[in-house]
Amino acid sequence: MGAFAYVAPSSVAEALAVLDEHASLGKRAQVLAGGTDVLVQMRTVDTQPRTLVDIKGVAETNRVDIGATETFIGAAIPSAVLNDNAELKALFPGVIESADLIGSTQIQGRASIGGNLCNSSPAGDTIPALIASSGVCVIAARGGNREVPVEDFVSGVGTNVLEPNEFLIGIKFPNPAPGTADAYLRFIPRTEMDIAVVGAGVSVTIDENGTCTAARVAIGAVAPTVLLVTRASDALVGTQLDDTALEAAGVACTEAASPISDKRGTVEYRRKVVAVLCRRATAIARDRAKLRVRTKVR
Amino acid sequence: MSKVQITSSINGESVEFLCEPQQSLMEILREELGRMGTKEGCATGDCGACSVLVDSRLVCSCLILAVEAEGKEITTIEGIAGEDGLHPIQQQFLEHAALQCGICTPGFIVATKALLDRNPDPDEETIRYWLAGNLCRCTGYDKIIRAVQGAAKELAHQA
Repeated sequence: MGAFAYVAPSSVAEALAVLDEHASLGKRAQVLAGGTDVLVQMRTVDTQPRTLVDIKGVAETNRVDIGATETFIGAAIPSAVLNDNAELKALFPGVIESADLIGSTQIQGRASIGGNLCNSSPAGDTIPALIASSGVCVIAARGGNREVPVEDFVSGVGTNVLEPNEFLIGIKFPNPAPGTADAYLRFIPRTEMDIAVVGAGVSVTIDENGTCTAARVAIGAVAPTVLLVTRASDALVGTQLDDTALEAAGVACTEAASPISDKRGTVEYRRKVVAVLCRRATAIARDRAKLRVRTKVR
Repeated sequence: MSKVQITSSINGESVEFLCEPQQSLMEILREELGRMGTKEGCATGDCGACSVLVDSRLVCSCLILAVEAEGKEITTIEGIAGEDGLHPIQQQFLEHAALQCGICTPGFIVATKALLDRNPDPDEETIRYWLAGNLCRCTGYDKIIRAVQGAAKELAHQA
């Protein structure tokens, strides 16, 4: 077996070269951002040697770029830094609150959205929120960046579409149209620092009459991967987002869910709670959207 | 195994050390550098006993590699007290008897320093959420909260 090694490339090209070299030699490399999953797993479940490729020195992975039509969030930015960014919080409150729910203050100082996504847990808190806000993964690859919608990124429990010689640079989002807002809720049996039993991320757009013109609903911890529930979105579009519409969206989430029973909750419980969280998150997103109908956030 | 040479600032002093690529900052602080004030509780980021500041940001030193400390400014519990004696946070922990066995105390004090540097007048809820990543199995937390409130008052008084 090889030995542990650490490299800290300072550019996308340099990082790709390291990953490519390892892939072609059949040597193991693992990308490191905040390390709050990688280092724990390296000390417990999989202690085999590897080269840790620390991408925090790659400028793009630490960049927040709020443009005229798009916003880019670097993959390696710690949640605590995102949470200090008032402009980002105003644009995507659901995304930032999902990142803010993960772990203690200490974990927040290191944990990143990109890491949460690449860890690819069914219960990853940021994933439903990223999907709801139409996040697109920007992946560094030989021959140029490629882009994958977040809902297509995770391929199974702990797996994703990244090739061994690729890494996630960041996530880009279309800026919210007027009347658009997002929200994320999760259920845990304590007040904080736990793994989601169920999570729900919702983004809605409403027009001046309060009619919903677009919606995205994503649910977490109720299937092997986070699900974009188009039937829940369909139940919301064209309505006033009243109780009847919210109820129908919740039912669509219950129907889409295929959870397991584990120590956090049973199948029946998760199927019930996912409807509740869908309704509540939609109501929060709706109330936020109402404040933005006439004022474009950016 | 080839070791890596790292230069960091630890409590304001430039320190060079050798480490293996997979070693945590906590291991190096304790085993190579003799800074035994940083405690090992869980080594998986759950308990906060190993809390340090890296470039003023509160982190668990068990979840940062020592090699990542290159060029960084680290503050450990040993860097909290001033030349004239205990820091007001430390003094208040003593006065409120906010410790029993003491293993969690350095982590609590470092985390409290990070909180009060950022928010000199936190309410109780803010304090409890901020310190939720620091586990204490002795005190039941109330005395710790009182100590933090006492420290905030004391620091405001001094300012």
